[in-house]
Amino acid sequence: MTTVAGTPSDRSVLPITERYTVLGWVRRNLFSDLFNSLLTLVALAFIVFIARLLLRWAFFTAEWGVIPANFNLIMRGQYPATEAWRLWLVIHLLGGVVGITWRLISGQFSGAARILIAIPFVLMLIPFFSMGTRLNLLIAAAAAGAGFYIAGHMPIQRRGRAAAYLLLAYLVVMLILLRGIGAEEGPMPPVQPILWGGLLLSLLLAFFGITLSFPLGVLLALGRQSKLPAIRVISVIYIEFIRGVPLISLLFMGQVMLQLFLPDGFPLVDRVLRALVAITLFSAAYTAENVRGGLQSISRGQYEAAQALGLSTYQSTMHIILPQALRAVIPVLVGQFISLFKDTTLVALVGIFDLLGIARTILANPDWLGTQQEVYAIIAVLFWIFSYSMSYASRRIEQRLGVGER
Amino acid sequence: MSENSTAEEIIICQDVCKWFGDFQALKDCSLRVKAQEVVVIIGPSGSGKSTFIRCINRLEEHQAGDIIVDGIPLTRDVRNIEQIRSEAGMVFQQFNLFPHLTVMENITLAPIQVRKMKKEEAQETAMGLLNRVGIPEQADKYPGQLSGGQQQRVAIARSLAMSPKIMLFDEPTSALDPEMIKEVLDVMQELAETGMTMLVVTHEMGFAREVADRIVFMDGGEIMEVGTPEHFFTNAQHERTKLFLSQIL
Repeated sequence: MTTVAGTPSDRSVLPITERYTVLGWVRRNLFSDLFNSLLTLVALAFIVFIARLLLRWAFFTAEWGVIPANFNLIMRGQYPATEAWRLWLVIHLLGGVVGITWRLISGQFSGAARILIAIPFVLMLIPFFSMGTRLNLLIAAAAAGAGFYIAGHMPIQRRGRAAAYLLLAYLVVMLILLRGIGAEEGPMPPVQPILWGGLLLSLLLAFFGITLSFPLGVLLALGRQSKLPAIRVISVIYIEFIRGVPLISLLFMGQVMLQLFLPDGFPLVDRVLRALVAITLFSAAYTAENVRGGLQSISRGQYEAAQALGLSTYQSTMHIILPQALRAVIPVLVGQFISLFKDTTLVALVGIFDLLGIARTILANPDWLGTQQEVYAIIAVLFWIFSYSMSYASRRIEQRLGVGER
Repeated sequence: MSENSTAEEIIICQDVCKWFGDFQALKDCSLRVKAQEVVVIIGPSGSGKSTFIRCINRLEEHQAGDIIVDGIPLTRDVRNIEQIRSEAGMVFQQFNLFPHLTVMENITLAPIQVRKMKKEEAQETAMGLLNRVGIPEQADKYPGQLSGGQQQRVAIARSLAMSPKIMLFDEPTSALDPEMIKEVLDVMQELAETGMTMLVVTHEMGFAREVADRIVFMDGGEIMEVGTPEHFFTNAQHERTKLFLSQIL
């Protein structure tokens, strides 16, 4: 025990060198010794170098005119301009639904809610937007606020269930609005899905690909663990076959070869729908393997405890095994869903105009030759925004469910 | 044994045999347990004690012999198995609580799902049971937030919520820290005093001596000796029983 003479150390106070200060942090983490200081400087130089290049390109070289000129195309493809109000209505309703479900599930206006409500206002700042667009964004924000307010003043008993029904109803209304209903001359003429495009189509493919492949994947994972040999063999064959072929080959199968197998005169399913089916079947096989990983992480004791209590196989699967297995694989599943979202760009190769397909048509237009960098940069930013949102949302869900704590 | 009427014999095991691959884990085990009796099974590790009681609610399948629980023969018939399981509660060495459910949900799940009990009624019963095992204040916590002893008491309450006629205990205190063993044994003793039929695999000789009506000694997959606690601790007949007791006492 050596103490510096004359300075009696007070052991109940955090030593000054351990206290949190900006300088202290910098010193401890960036310049702790010669080698680290050197690394910090090199990294800093590299970051400045890259940032300068990027900023110089973005502000002085890039010809951003291509984006406003093709904005509608990027957003909704060849969806007719006269029917664009239907898309806006879909967005307004989305605002309302988000507001209501947020109140029902979370209850409070905090953190992430502020970010959500800020989105329309931030978008309104985009310089080339028309007044009409800004007004529509304002309506969406107002709908969200109204939904949040109204849901707080309604005596709803089963909040989770109410939110689920609301989402389901919204999906139905959304599809009717998008697809149209009634006669060609009516107020809502049909718009064939092949005309849907751009961001609209990419999001729809991803959303329905995820929501449809998830239950199918869970069933396949359970099937693979089944005691019944027939179910097990079918599941294994399906999973291993699908995982053995690339998605693009399934897409081509759906577009080109499906007709060969169907009887003559069989009404052909819409091409976009065929692509969606291919994506769903593909994703389900991967979901199944991820969920299987979760199932295997459940200890035998859990099965035994459920059995000993007299729960049937179905009951123990629904109440004991699946809830735990799915929680364990949330990060993996979200990773897979993000990759599914990005994989939807492959439909561009079979002649469907999703975000990437639209980018290619814009670049093929002689007016916009040589604007690859600008167009692809915007496409990348759009993909990043949505992928990152999914990843952020999943982390929030994990926190709420307390994964890793319980 | 023969003078006892079978009506009050709630567990009947006759020549039960069980193999794991080529290894015979149980050799012609026969045991009759009367209603309200507390039977403690002791023996060295690997002697087949756990396997034996796990056969009684079909967590392990026996391959020869007969097991009859409360008049229901244990066969491959799923209905019989489920009926026996809902009448025989089991407490495990590793508690096996459901970590994603609160204590309350752990206890009410089976009554609601299997017995089709109303939620409010099940919760009322559960509160009563939590009071009985001495931890009513933990109802809304998750198992991971409880101590080992508390978890095991929740596990006992969870089994009792199904109003079983029999309770099977598979080394209930072996995974506990020493200072928590007593709180679990106290609950078990109270349970025995209320007339529950209990089959307990344990190494707690104090518990066996005080609470058991009969003690069964198993070794090498066989039931070597059955007798009252006095008989066991003062006058054991079998060489291997004596050896085991000399090592453990």
